[in-house]
Amino acid sequence: MDSPARLAVAPSGTRKRRGPLGWVSRDGLSSLLFLLPMLVIFGFFAWFPIVRDVVMSFQRTNLVDTPKFVGLDNFAAVLNDPLFGKSIGNTIYFSVLALVFGYPLPLILAVVISEARRFKGVLSALAYVPVVIPPVVSVLLWTVFYNASPTGLFNTVLSWVGIGAQPWLQNKDTVMPSIVIESTWANAGATMIIYIAALLSVPRELYDAASVDGASILQKIWHVTLPQLRGILLITMILQLIATAQVFTEPYLFTGGGPANSTMTVLFLIYHYAFQNSLGGDYGMAAALSIMLALFLAAFTAIYMWLTRSWSTNS
Amino acid sequence: MTTKKIGNVRGNSAQLYRFALSYLSRVSEEMTFKPVRKVGTLLMAGLAVVIVAGCGSTAATPSAAGSTGPAASNGTTNKPVTITVGVLRPGASQDAADALNLQIDQFQAKYPWITVESQEYNWTAPTFTAALAAGTLPDVYTIPFTDGKGLIQQHQIVNIDARVRALPYVANFNKTVLANGQDADGKIYAVPTQAYGMSLTYNRTLFTQAGLDPNSPPATWADVEADAKIIAAKDHVAGFAQMATQNCGGWQLTTLTYALGGRMEAVDATGKVTATVNNAATKAALKMLQTYRWTDNAMGSTFDYNWGSINQAFSSGQIGMFVGGSDLYTTMVQNNNINPADYGITVIPLASDPNAGVLGGGTLAVVNVNTTEGQRDAAVDWMDFYYMNKLTTEAGALADAQALISNKQPVGVPALPVFDKATFDQSQVWIKSLINVPDAQMSYFKTKIFDQPLVNEPSIDTQTLYADLDPVVQAVLTDQNANIDQLLNDANTQIQKAIDAPAS
Repeated sequence: MDSPARLAVAPSGTRKRRGPLGWVSRDGLSSLLFLLPMLVIFGFFAWFPIVRDVVMSFQRTNLVDTPKFVGLDNFAAVLNDPLFGKSIGNTIYFSVLALVFGYPLPLILAVVISEARRFKGVLSALAYVPVVIPPVVSVLLWTVFYNASPTGLFNTVLSWVGIGAQPWLQNKDTVMPSIVIESTWANAGATMIIYIAALLSVPRELYDAASVDGASILQKIWHVTLPQLRGILLITMILQLIATAQVFTEPYLFTGGGPANSTMTVLFLIYHYAFQNSLGGDYGMAAALSIMLALFLAAFTAIYMWLTRSWSTNS
Repeated sequence: MTTKKIGNVRGNSAQLYRFALSYLSRVSEEMTFKPVRKVGTLLMAGLAVVIVAGCGSTAATPSAAGSTGPAASNGTTNKPVTITVGVLRPGASQDAADALNLQIDQFQAKYPWITVESQEYNWTAPTFTAALAAGTLPDVYTIPFTDGKGLIQQHQIVNIDARVRALPYVANFNKTVLANGQDADGKIYAVPTQAYGMSLTYNRTLFTQAGLDPNSPPATWADVEADAKIIAAKDHVAGFAQMATQNCGGWQLTTLTYALGGRMEAVDATGKVTATVNNAATKAALKMLQTYRWTDNAMGSTFDYNWGSINQAFSSGQIGMFVGGSDLYTTMVQNNNINPADYGITVIPLASDPNAGVLGGGTLAVVNVNTTEGQRDAAVDWMDFYYMNKLTTEAGALADAQALISNKQPVGVPALPVFDKATFDQSQVWIKSLINVPDAQMSYFKTKIFDQPLVNEPSIDTQTLYADLDPVVQAVLTDQNANIDQLLNDANTQIQKAIDAPAS
């Protein structure tokens, strides 16, 4: 490798151009060979589909006949679809509910488990178990819990305290909160593990100093823990927002977007465009909406990172 | 190496081969507009050739969907060929699989050069589209009548006209039924294998437990409502249930609309199609459901049934009545282990409106476009053997019935004729002594269905129409204040947009 000193003495514009042989002798070829499998796999399974998606968003195609280029028609059709606004509203509703109920829970669990004096490992494992259950299994399990008949699991429990059977997934007012509860249960464990790891890095002296100053547990959390985890918290928040903006599995498996489109999310609408019609679907509209979602999330993330850039360090 | 193993190897090679050719074809079509990309196309062609050579396939190049090809196998060109057939649904019992295997053995004995491999298959609108786009459908599969014309227009199924017309009974097909699988010129792309009329399916045991006479099922919609209330109150299950998801909500709403004298689409003299889902009969049907659900509280607590889940719930005694196809008993035996004593079927009550009728539908067998000429010959041979022989020849009818009986599968399930009525009646006579379904519980329907006017499903964008009506049905069943007029007007606008949209 060229040292900075050697580079400094070479007069500008007089450096020899590096030929292919020089590139090979400097291990360029072996580097490329090592990179090649990743490049091929990533290119074929990630970038090629993305490029195809962009192209398809300007086409009308059923994936069998020759596609026709239709300009921005697909984007216009999406924007004029009444379900587009509905799906955005539903997705925002899901994201907000998940943020309110699902975002604090992993942190609370992490703090509680970190403070536990006994069975810390057992508690961590129990909190993490839902993460290792396949999402489809989780949803099927909760579908049984949410059975709307009086003999359903949750309704049976409610009956013990004199509350009548709830419709859970069978009512437009209760369906989204029901889905968010399951989603929080299924995903909180993964974020909790991140927080537990981050909590280990918080210097013990800070808590000791806070104790000397007479801080209560809540004050320690507010004045020590949260500031120390600020960077992690900001990252997990944007990751959660991106994930909830792409929620699909739960509405697909629980309700199929119903009842009456009340769980029709943006990603589900993409699926709806592509696969609802057994005669080929509107893949162009599906691709157009995918591009719109990707661009929105990219812009949203950039703005978020810019706005929070001064908060994202622990200094 | 056994014959079966050879068959499997050939099957895998053929699948890879079809994938390569299918991919090549699509890439070629998309890239020919820029000369520079022809280099890429040629490279892909070379890659495809290498893949095919590597697979050691001996298959011939598949032709376009429009190929008519020679007549079905006649014994003169008997090159070994393998086809996959989509007959059994996922979750079918071992008995059903054994019955199919027995029939495959019989077929292979008759056509020793053809290897048949069974592939699980179940048509649902979303999964079918994905499988079609991915090229993973079996070589022979079935579709509902509603999709025949659309798949023909989009060149997604094979023209098998010459092959089918070479069969001896082609003139006996019910012309109306056969039309579902023909293009505008009358060329045959799909063979109707079974037809059904919608029925009122009811649980006889629940009727008895509620103090109702299972031999006097409802004859009017008022009877349905009254019985549903009684069943819900006494049996604590849904007295009447309604499908509402996976396009089945719209399908069933169309059925109710027809029974009350309405239509979902109108076609004028110029052929222009207008969506009419906001008609008076549809509104009346939804109000009827609204009453069952909210006034009578007779529809239980599940409102997201699809075709599979409602069969399952009915078979397990959770539903008193629902509207479904007359051919459901087979599925309920194969997939849901129904107690035969529970099963009751009667005709749908029709309003006094002269336009009131029974929605009729059925199934078409088609050949995958990603097949070779040899496979297409074999595919039509399979259709002839598996679907048609039992309807057209005594030997075929008896062999089919005995294969089913030996594996505890139902024989004698209510159906409508895909051939002329005389052929249908004759086929029923052949198997009369072998019928093992509770025929007495079905005989009323079997007789009366022929007195009811059959009405075909909406002809244009049928599945889109059904899909757009799903949320309407769901809204009525889950929202006490659902505005039926508004819901139907909105749905009508959406459906008309789909009808007016240019084809892909």
